[in-house]
Amino acid sequence: MFALLSDYESLRLIWWVLLGVLLIGFAVTDGFDLGVGALLPFVARTDVERRVAIHTVSATWEGNQVWLVLGGGAIFAAWPALYALSFSGFYLAMFFVLVALILRPVAFKYRSKDESPAWREGWDRALFVGGAVPALIFGVAVGNVLQGVPFHFTDDLRPIYSGTLVGLLNPLALFCGFISLAILVAHGAAWLAFKAEGPVAERARAIGAKAALATAALFALGGLLVWAGAFGGYQVVTPLPGDGPSNPLTKDVIADAGAWLANFRADPRLALVPLLGIVAPLLVAAGFRTRLTGATLLASSLGIACIVTTVGLSMFPVILPSSTHPGHALTVFDASSSRATLRNMLIATVLFLPIVLAYTAWVYRVLRGKVSERDITAPGSPAY
Amino acid sequence: MTNPLLVDLSRLQFALTAMYHFLFVPLTLGLSILVAMMETVYVMTRRKIWRDMTKFWGLLFGINFALGVATGLTMEFQFGMNWAYYSHYVGDVFGAPLAIEGLMAFFLEATFVGLFFFGWDKLSALAHCAVTWLMALGTNFSALWILIANGWMQNPVGAAFNPDTMRMEVTDFSAVILNPVAQAKFVHTVAAGYVCGAVFVLGVSAFYILRGRHLELAKRSFAIAAAFGFASALSVVVLGDESGYAVTDHQKMKLAALEAMWHTESPPAAFTAIGIPDLASRTTRYALHVPWAMGLIGTRSLTTEIPGITELVEHAKARIRNGLVAYAALERIKVDRKDERARAEFARTQADLGYAKLLTPLIRDPLKATEADIAQAAWSTVPHVPSLFLTFRAMVACGFLLIALFGAALWFTAREAPAPRWLFRVALLALPLPWIAIEFGWFVAEFGRQPWIIEGVLPTALATSELGIPSLLLTLAGFTLIYGVLAVIEMRLMLRAIAKGPETLVEDPAALFPGTSANEGGARLVAAQ
Repeated sequence: MFALLSDYESLRLIWWVLLGVLLIGFAVTDGFDLGVGALLPFVARTDVERRVAIHTVSATWEGNQVWLVLGGGAIFAAWPALYALSFSGFYLAMFFVLVALILRPVAFKYRSKDESPAWREGWDRALFVGGAVPALIFGVAVGNVLQGVPFHFTDDLRPIYSGTLVGLLNPLALFCGFISLAILVAHGAAWLAFKAEGPVAERARAIGAKAALATAALFALGGLLVWAGAFGGYQVVTPLPGDGPSNPLTKDVIADAGAWLANFRADPRLALVPLLGIVAPLLVAAGFRTRLTGATLLASSLGIACIVTTVGLSMFPVILPSSTHPGHALTVFDASSSRATLRNMLIATVLFLPIVLAYTAWVYRVLRGKVSERDITAPGSPAY
Repeated sequence: MTNPLLVDLSRLQFALTAMYHFLFVPLTLGLSILVAMMETVYVMTRRKIWRDMTKFWGLLFGINFALGVATGLTMEFQFGMNWAYYSHYVGDVFGAPLAIEGLMAFFLEATFVGLFFFGWDKLSALAHCAVTWLMALGTNFSALWILIANGWMQNPVGAAFNPDTMRMEVTDFSAVILNPVAQAKFVHTVAAGYVCGAVFVLGVSAFYILRGRHLELAKRSFAIAAAFGFASALSVVVLGDESGYAVTDHQKMKLAALEAMWHTESPPAAFTAIGIPDLASRTTRYALHVPWAMGLIGTRSLTTEIPGITELVEHAKARIRNGLVAYAALERIKVDRKDERARAEFARTQADLGYAKLLTPLIRDPLKATEADIAQAAWSTVPHVPSLFLTFRAMVACGFLLIALFGAALWFTAREAPAPRWLFRVALLALPLPWIAIEFGWFVAEFGRQPWIIEGVLPTALATSELGIPSLLLTLAGFTLIYGVLAVIEMRLMLRAIAKGPETLVEDPAALFPGTSANEGGARLVAAQ
């Protein structure tokens, strides 16, 4: 443990893993909140039904969203160049995600403050947008990262991005966006099946099964596209010392259409991860036909984890490839924070993350049990 | 050289979104503590009125909290979106407190806020009270880490420039955490938040008392807000930000600017109570001086000198010249990474590297700067004196008015006799004061930090992302529109909730039938009717 704390290479690898953990933590926890938002108009028709759906996440979505805030902060702290480039490069896309996410807390809180149908319909739309738009754009962002992003650095390491918003919305990126939308919708449906009673849960099962099947099919197709070289790929061709300075201008990278499969070729056991990324959604689809709602939710969580991990594994050690200046790509070994910061942040994470997980688990335990229409209509019900 | 319009628009957007965010944060800080205190009284006395108070103020807290959370997301993203070079340049230092804020504070706050609202009939009274305190604790921790990050922008301790990575890197993390400027800011800001929460409770309670509504709730709330507010308002002044103003060159400059002290005076310096600072002649017209006061406030001594603007500008010239040595050495290191002489020279002078960068808005190659360029760059370290002079005085005036209000409220609530109606009218009228003081306070702190984004390290003009002007105009318009609409909706909901007042009977059926859940209590209530 103490050796890890002083070895720069290990610290960088740990923070690459933690980057994945945070993204998965966000996608699994806040993912079902986003999914519930995106599903809201389809699984719930009457006002009481909508309140049932909303009440399944009303007490916990706020804590779940912190995974996103923490993800932003941790990328800032551990991978500053990645934070600077991806947030400024995807500027308008980030703005639209932000608008969608700003609407969400307000919609949750304010929807119930007025009985008028128009008011509630308006906030329901906000919840739909606040769920569906981020779910789509996160996938679009990954799709762009896989293809390489047009950026470079000046000799002062000032990051310069030279793409456009329209360029971000290319067909392959949108394809990835549909994968993330599909899995998060399936995940949200799995949550509703687990947590809600009555027609809301039944409709969620029907839609969720379709979304899960779509996820498996799209993700498998995505694998074929990568195999066919549609996304391209980038390979670092000069040695990358594990403890070298975090300066992305000291290496050479070439575009190589087969590069995103190189790690799986080098160690075929890794192929288990994308395989599970296909199998888990199929299990989710099957799970919706059973009463095993908890297992279905676990399977969709596993599916999300495997899909995110597949992207990380196929690109390693590259984190953000540049399409215009391939040598400027950000990698695990030349885009991190200093050793001291990675170490300090690791200590903070080891100290606090278990505490966070413990009290989050306690809160979910307190709030256990299904939400029914009775809970909503009872006098004095605190439900939104 | 970045387009100056891009820099201005990026600054405008940051200022708008940050100041808007901070309309909601101080009320969250203050109300969370007040609500937790009320619930503690409930747990100790088990008197239902205190539970009603907790729920009612908690309801208003929730309306405010939603927008605080929503607009906080913008802050977390905006450094990367609009300030990419800044993010790369100082992310190694600045990012860590933001990440720890999420891990240690925001998770705590956001996880327990859900239980605060939805856990009433799922938890024992004691457990629910603990949840409320954890939420309040998370809110306060959150402020701590954000102000550690902000304090580092004002006083960048514990970090050095690394020529191999072309950015600032942390050298002493404990110095970053224990930064005296950050500590002073934390106490000052959190106490100001408590004042804000107290004025809110005081004003709304005064409204009910004037109308003769909900008197039981309003009188108790008024009393607790008066006591809490009085202690907090005194803390804001006594533990004011001023203690941080002696630490660095630019903090001294900020102090000189907000006092419009154009020249060093022999100690103890006089305090200019009012006056009109004139930029062209660098004098203050119609000045009314209070002898000795400035020296006493600023240095807590009769003999310590407070440097004036002109003298600080001379000092800045020296730092620019020294910084140019570092700048030249860094250029040589970029060409030959193994140039040990250049590295040694850089190590000796790097503390002033940022000062050489002040020349870049004026001249393409700072190494070709003339004496006139250096003088102009040195004068650019003076923030805009008249606006700082004015806003600082407005902030202080609001602070003293509030101390007087809380003092009077405390005096009258401590007596047996009923308080006069004018007191409640004043309390109602005072509602906007804490927000005015707080927004002006941030203006003094951050506008006063200019031209630096990180004092002495990086000028604001160099720190932005390389975005197109149309993109920025689009987001600026978008934020203005959304934030404007949300502000109107929030105000309407808040006013409506206040007008409606606490609904003790229907909202809280369980309390009528102790030992039952809310649902059973409600059923019995219906049956009883």
